[in-house]
Amino acid sequence: MRQLASYADRISAKPGDRVGFKVSCDPGVAAYRADLVRLWCLDDHRDGPGLQTEAVVAAFAGDYPGRSQPVRLGSAMEVRHPGLAGHSWFSLTLSVFPTLHSAAVQVIAATDLWQMRLVDGRLDCVTAVGRLALEDPLPLNRWTEVALTLDSEGLMLRAGGQQASALFVPDGLSEDDVLFLADAPEGGAGFFGKLARPRLWSGAECLATWDFSSRMGSITVPDRGPQAMHGRLINMPLRAVTGPDWDGSAQDWRVRPEHYDAIHFHADDLADCGWQDDFAWEVPPSLPSGLYAARLRIEGSDLTEYIPVWLRPARPEARAVFLASSATYMAYANYRVMNRSNLYEMYLGQVPELVPDDLYLNLHPELGDSLYTTHADGSGMAISSRHRPILNMRPNAALSAFADDGWILAFLRAQQIGCDVLTDEDLDREGVAALDGYDLVLTGNHPEYVSTRMWDALVAHLDRGGRLIYLGGNGFYWRVAFHTEMPGVIELRRAEDGSRPWDMEPGAYYHAFTGEYGGMWRRVGRPPQRLLGVGFSASGFDLSRPYDRLPAADDPRAAFLFEGVPETVIGAAGIAGGGAAGQEIDRHDEALGSPPHALIVARATGHTEEMMVTKEDMPAANYMIGAPVNPLCRADMVFFETGAGGAVFSTGSIAWAASLPVAAFDGPTARITANAIRRFLDPTPFVLPGAGGARKVAQK
Amino acid sequence: MCWPLHPDLALAAEFRACPLGHHSPALQRLLRVFRTLPVAGKHAALRVDDRRAWVIVRFNGVKGQPLERVSDDVFNDWNAVEWAVFRLRWRQVFGADLPEEIV
Repeated sequence: MRQLASYADRISAKPGDRVGFKVSCDPGVAAYRADLVRLWCLDDHRDGPGLQTEAVVAAFAGDYPGRSQPVRLGSAMEVRHPGLAGHSWFSLTLSVFPTLHSAAVQVIAATDLWQMRLVDGRLDCVTAVGRLALEDPLPLNRWTEVALTLDSEGLMLRAGGQQASALFVPDGLSEDDVLFLADAPEGGAGFFGKLARPRLWSGAECLATWDFSSRMGSITVPDRGPQAMHGRLINMPLRAVTGPDWDGSAQDWRVRPEHYDAIHFHADDLADCGWQDDFAWEVPPSLPSGLYAARLRIEGSDLTEYIPVWLRPARPEARAVFLASSATYMAYANYRVMNRSNLYEMYLGQVPELVPDDLYLNLHPELGDSLYTTHADGSGMAISSRHRPILNMRPNAALSAFADDGWILAFLRAQQIGCDVLTDEDLDREGVAALDGYDLVLTGNHPEYVSTRMWDALVAHLDRGGRLIYLGGNGFYWRVAFHTEMPGVIELRRAEDGSRPWDMEPGAYYHAFTGEYGGMWRRVGRPPQRLLGVGFSASGFDLSRPYDRLPAADDPRAAFLFEGVPETVIGAAGIAGGGAAGQEIDRHDEALGSPPHALIVARATGHTEEMMVTKEDMPAANYMIGAPVNPLCRADMVFFETGAGGAVFSTGSIAWAASLPVAAFDGPTARITANAIRRFLDPTPFVLPGAGGARKVAQK
Repeated sequence: MCWPLHPDLALAAEFRACPLGHHSPALQRLLRVFRTLPVAGKHAALRVDDRRAWVIVRFNGVKGQPLERVSDDVFNDWNAVEWAVFRLRWRQVFGADLPEEIV
């Protein structure tokens, strides 16, 4: 079992940057040793090359004292302003929409002198001189108007038709200058539910009116009152959710923002652990681009911790660049195998595999969860952050897009193919400029979560003659948005459709961070087939299958892919399920935008009944779900030229990457991948065939 | 359980021969029952060696509570993990161990 947890303040860096590393140790860990390594293969599996690390000199290498750093879990709004102090009499009014009744205290609003709380759903107010409580619980999932008033006659609490008052007179609004909504100032008493229209009064005079309907993408909540006592959101509660007046007449918060004047707080939200740096790396100019990590070891322990950082070059050093799927790593961050739904094993089609870090996660709920789970109130977890330890963004994590991308890095190393790296976050921030100087972009094995700016950047790359190799499955599936004020935080609205663990609540399908309509790219009008030639079709995690070479592979346009590949069965072995096509697989589909001239050069079929068609391809529930009966359960390997001299090659399978180590990175999947890369790095333009010719080829 | 289940030894033999792969409809139905047992008490595999070795553990369904290790057996083969869990679930669902000739 691990004894420490850690993260970095950056997921990627360039020479000259400073990377701060943050570590929290369990009690009893007096010290640990840190050094720097470069990483390639990220899995010790006995059928692969083993974990590949290379020590790199770094000034930070050395011993550091262990210390524990706390985590404040749960979202809240904090107001710190001198205008809060000195009011002996006041009223606070707001609308409350509880989503969970619990015996644990849930603070709705608090200062250092009083707390208005829910306990078992009942509203009360506690002060230093007494407690005032209402009898009936506030209704769940309904709006209730709530008011707390303190004046010369005492304290009064009102909620809906209930009212209670007491003669005791507490000290006033606050001695300090702080007001909290949805948690106590010291934390640990978070609220599950929505709040709306908080207003602070002194008699009939409005001191503050916090506007939840504007600046949706910000962590600052404006106060429209005279003193502009703006609020600051802690741990990123969900904004752009329906408010008390929402009646379904608008689905987009930008159309009727007054219907979206609410914030959904969760006592298990986490956007930033806020830990202090324990050591830092001043990135030197001399290191080649690649995946690096601070490696932490404790004497007498077999734990080795890695804090990964993708190192970009100051200027492109290679003509190919690997796009690390950092948005997807964040979406799956701290995906918890334990204590999941009893259906989890049905998704897998086999016994769940845990690694020791799953046990650690089970003991440490304060490290937050993934976009694959729900909050304790049942609402979907829609925001994920990398400002916390992410235990499955580590070598040897199970079913991890990060760890499986190591197969690609190890393949590039084995084949001596020069390749720089960058992350989704870089591409989102910089757009196509991040790809300047690169002819070829290689994706990871599972680039599932993609922002609009990422997508647009890749289109712009192709439009200027760039080439793209998609080495994954179920890629470009969900639209996400990056926060504009806080790098390293993404938002996801699981709207409408798709293979998904929860549904976004009605009326809240638009991202708060960007205002964009959320959900599947296919539903947005950009099926991945348009960009990649293939798109998600089926998933199953038991056995993978090989591809069979198809007649289109004989087309001279695709001849380069199969040079030195006499095999007609491709990928009959692999570390993920024993084959190259598995876990999540994609298909060519002209109706969804696959270019008509695309060549389907190989296809994998014959999976078991555990490989099931994705639900957006099921018009209504029926038994034609599994691969033995549904022909959509297949993986298509596709090549096509773009109109600008570039081209796209797509493998359409998560398991492809884990087939690359076969035969010491010289099996048919490795040779095809290498062939694609080498031709795509050849500046000779690809020529777009005539539509008629392409159709003729496809009909062979 | 939505229909009467019978401890058909032929299904156990089929599973043992092929834990992961194409299964008969009757075995698929049995596996749906086994695989959807409640989380509390459900068996899983804990990796104890990253080169790949596992032990069988059991979930308790309670966050923060440690897992129960079912036995000291260490498995180096995933099919053996599947078979061991199948046998445990057989006993859990049918109330009796699989007979020796199957085991």
